[in-house]
Amino acid sequence: MIKRMLVVGGALLMPASGLAGEPSIRVEPPKLQGSRPLEKQTEDSVIQNYLESWTTMQRALDQNRASQLDPDFTGAARDQLAATVTAQRLAGIHTVYQDRSHDLQIVFYSPEGLSIQMTDDVEYEQRVLKNDTVLAAKVIHQRYLIVLTPSEVRWQVRIFQAIPG
Amino acid sequence: MNARGLLLASLILEVSTARAQNLHFPQTIIAGSPFSVSTGGSGSALLYIVGPAQVLRRDVTLGEPISFAAGDLYRAGHYLAVVVQGSSTETDELDVQPAHEAESLGFLAKPSRLPVNVHNGISGAVYVFDRYHNLILSPMPVTLELASTSSPTLTKTVTTQNGLGWATLDSAAKEGAARFTARAGGVSSTRIVNQVPGEPCSISIAAKPVGGRLEVQTAPVHDCSGNPIPDGTVVTFTESAGISQSTVDVPVKQGIASVAMPAIRGAKISAASGVVAGNEIRWDGAR
Repeated sequence: MIKRMLVVGGALLMPASGLAGEPSIRVEPPKLQGSRPLEKQTEDSVIQNYLESWTTMQRALDQNRASQLDPDFTGAARDQLAATVTAQRLAGIHTVYQDRSHDLQIVFYSPEGLSIQMTDDVEYEQRVLKNDTVLAAKVIHQRYLIVLTPSEVRWQVRIFQAIPG
Repeated sequence: MNARGLLLASLILEVSTARAQNLHFPQTIIAGSPFSVSTGGSGSALLYIVGPAQVLRRDVTLGEPISFAAGDLYRAGHYLAVVVQGSSTETDELDVQPAHEAESLGFLAKPSRLPVNVHNGISGAVYVFDRYHNLILSPMPVTLELASTSSPTLTKTVTTQNGLGWATLDSAAKEGAARFTARAGGVSSTRIVNQVPGEPCSISIAAKPVGGRLEVQTAPVHDCSGNPIPDGTVVTFTESAGISQSTVDVPVKQGIASVAMPAIRGAKISAASGVVAGNEIRWDGAR
């Protein structure tokens, strides 16, 4: 069950009591360049599934287990993250990506309904660890571009790419 | 820089608030391009370049430049670079930008089959990737073309936004397979779209007696663009006589549907397919 709280329409969410450590999430109104209208239910599902994918990614890159990625990532995004897991394992490190805030906006819904594109201005802490020793830690603000496609039961992340500033 | 010069691991957070002093990564490189990093200090160390998109580990000698060959760091994204020497570390950051040259396209084309003459019935969404499958985010033109032997070629050119270009096109007036092609930066990708006849435009029937029955037959059935409708399309014949009514569904064969019905004087016979109704015949026993 997702514990993260959504705020749609631009209002900023502060982590509620008992949710310390949960990221704050802001959802901007969609700015669609596609012709297909976006139903509220679809928007909510996409955002929830995307936020869940962060948890999945965190677990995979922290535990160096690519199989963790399967529910939420597909195609190139899954392959790329799985390769990162393998490279981390070979390098003898693991990484914790702790998201602190997301500012989300859906920017495209394809006419046939087969892909949704969104942006995420995310703030996260990246900690690189070797065994239990922290080699480096940094808070990073980064804009991401995400493409999600529908599977049988959920939206999966197919492209997950940082947009360098 | 020597080992003493490096900050302790416990102070990494403080170190990372400023760019490293002895580790000089370029702020930005193009995906897959060769680059070099100068370092200070001396002695062997380990270098990690870590991001969600890619991870590299190198044995390096501090005080000497670190060279990265073409293709070493090729995934677009943001990276932490960490040099570890003993218990000391130093960090830097860099961005990897997608290359500018298109190498492949992700082409989502729908549908693969549709009726003729559908306004904006065909959609194409094109994602443009570089040779390392990074989405190219700088705007670039994408051309979508629908070509068939029986109809004029339709072309739309759009500019990508966030790596994506998309457009919708009308299906052609004539049935047949069309090549739906996306082009960007010298790369193309093609899908086949089958354009099939639409619904019948009109139905015309005639009847003649054969033995004790009436043979009712349609004229060749076409859609509104003149394409013969496909075999298997169902035409429903209805005969009404007084309070009785009989209905027969007949698939079209070679453009025509025909059925034998009881020859009842005064009966009204009609045919319909989908939302299209044909003419009505009243059988008076003569013709």
